[in-house]
Amino acid sequence: MKQILSISGYLAVKEVWRNRGRFLLVSLVIALITLLVLFIAALGEGLGNGNREYISKLDAQLIVYQAKSDYLIAASRLGSDRLEEIRGVDGVADAGKFGAASAALILPGDEDALKVALLGVEPGHTGEPQVVEGQQLGSDDANEAIIDRSTALRTGLVPGDTITVRVTQGTEFEFFELRVAGATTGQQYSLQPSIFVPFDTWDRIRPKSAAEVAIPNPVANVILVRLEDAKQVEEVRQRISAEANDVEIATLKEAIQALPGYSAQQSTLNTQGGFTLFIGILVIGGFFQIQILQKVAQIGVLKAIGTANPLVAIASVIQIVVVTVIGVAIGGLLAFLFSLTFPPTVPIVFNGTTSALAIVALLLIGPLGGMVSILYAVRIEPLKALGLSS
Amino acid sequence: MTTYALETKSVVKTYQSDSGVIQAVDDVSLKVGAGEFVALVGPSGSGKTTMLSILAALLQPTSGQILLDGQDLASMSDVDRVTMRREKIGFTFQANNLVPYLTAVENVELMLRLNKKLDKVGKLRARELLARLGLGERLHNLPGQMSGGQQQRVAIARALIHNPSLVLADEPTASLDTERAYQVVETFAGLIHEQGRAGIMVTHDLRMCEFVDRVLSMQDGKLVRIYTGKEEIMELVKGGRH
Repeated sequence: MKQILSISGYLAVKEVWRNRGRFLLVSLVIALITLLVLFIAALGEGLGNGNREYISKLDAQLIVYQAKSDYLIAASRLGSDRLEEIRGVDGVADAGKFGAASAALILPGDEDALKVALLGVEPGHTGEPQVVEGQQLGSDDANEAIIDRSTALRTGLVPGDTITVRVTQGTEFEFFELRVAGATTGQQYSLQPSIFVPFDTWDRIRPKSAAEVAIPNPVANVILVRLEDAKQVEEVRQRISAEANDVEIATLKEAIQALPGYSAQQSTLNTQGGFTLFIGILVIGGFFQIQILQKVAQIGVLKAIGTANPLVAIASVIQIVVVTVIGVAIGGLLAFLFSLTFPPTVPIVFNGTTSALAIVALLLIGPLGGMVSILYAVRIEPLKALGLSS
Repeated sequence: MTTYALETKSVVKTYQSDSGVIQAVDDVSLKVGAGEFVALVGPSGSGKTTMLSILAALLQPTSGQILLDGQDLASMSDVDRVTMRREKIGFTFQANNLVPYLTAVENVELMLRLNKKLDKVGKLRARELLARLGLGERLHNLPGQMSGGQQQRVAIARALIHNPSLVLADEPTASLDTERAYQVVETFAGLIHEQGRAGIMVTHDLRMCEFVDRVLSMQDGKLVRIYTGKEEIMELVKGGRH
């Protein structure tokens, strides 16, 4: 076997090297396919991340919604009485109210206002993100905010700064000043950068209809539940269901899948990625098939002088792998270099796992595409290839 | 008792076609000794190419025996026949002889590589053989950078480098001008005699028979005549008829 690999490798590498222009061209085609696949994967990750980032990083295992809200946060309304019921359920370590709204962050100078997700969380309870700089939120009605990394990158704000939030209440614009208490990691919500404010503050400054203005009504969208034992998700879920009226409960995974547009967006991008890989298989398959057709006589000579079929097949596989690896390496490098040039506003995230999966898929398309040509090479009859058959 | 490098016994090859059974090779028995160079001649369709394919272990006969160093090619498995081609047979073809992405010396060394014999001595022998064939300055040229005659000489070196028992040449002068054709066949014959190989050359060009020890003439699949002795062969060469 070692001998076969050694000779196959020798023949494969010699052929690639002596025809490097032709093979490099195929590697470049693979590099472009790699670039495309990695960008589609990164775009899918970026868009998905922008949608689910806050929820996926939650220190919670369950999300409680109003019954029949179909796991839609915006459609759910839960009062404080539900919160108390849930906190009393056996197995629940903590629960916190969560409210989501949109607002505009007024930036100094002539810059356009930044649209942000205005998120209400209970200080010290589940849902409040951990700061990486500055301090946690003080009290339930403090005029404070935690900004996420995305907001910080886009605005240059740091803890201690004062921000102005513009919302519509009734039919008027209202402006609220908040002190930036701390900054947290990336916690985008609905593809928007986030600012977290104490829940009562959120209720006061969130956009409201004319009827709601000046009427305190601290109704949360959902309640975030942290369990004493993260493994007992199903048991606690059933208990909450039994003890709290008119609620429906989702795990984080279910909640993410139910985010508006999330599944459709991901499946669209996955389909695009799949089709690109498929086109890659056809392109590589086509190239190697044409190449094999061009060298039928040459393979015939090799077989006639005593080269065994496994050697011919392995030489073809090595050639395909070499060309594919070079192509994927060039494509990966290009993708990395391009990624450095994108501003934080572009939702592209090169996640290690997703990129690794894409790269493995790309490395497989070479041998998959070339399979037909390898089979063809193995079946070449030296007698026919050399024109000796009667 | 004389032992022959190659001996065939009543070799028959038939094909089934729409018009019935075709007898491509019909009861051919022949013997070639070590150091003997034999020409296989005959008109188109006489069965000489089919016979060559059978002798090269590329084609199984319908019946009969092909004994190469005492081993019967006809009764071997496909894998064993590949091994025989690699170890015991040297081959040159009409065209497309060489691996185009290997240099002259690499093409010759390939046979040693395949036979696990590529050591320092083997490398030296490959260079010496090519030098003897007048290719000392072309060792590192790719086939595309050499003339047809030079390519044929590289193919001859490749056919001989691994010390095979049998060397086969299929129309080795087909793509060469007369002068180069003479040079190639003369060199080929010289090496076969010198190295003690059994050599068989299929050719339609009777002028090339000047350098062989015997001429086997085939017609309609049968071995119809054997020319031996210099005079008889030269008569055939001058007469120009099979």
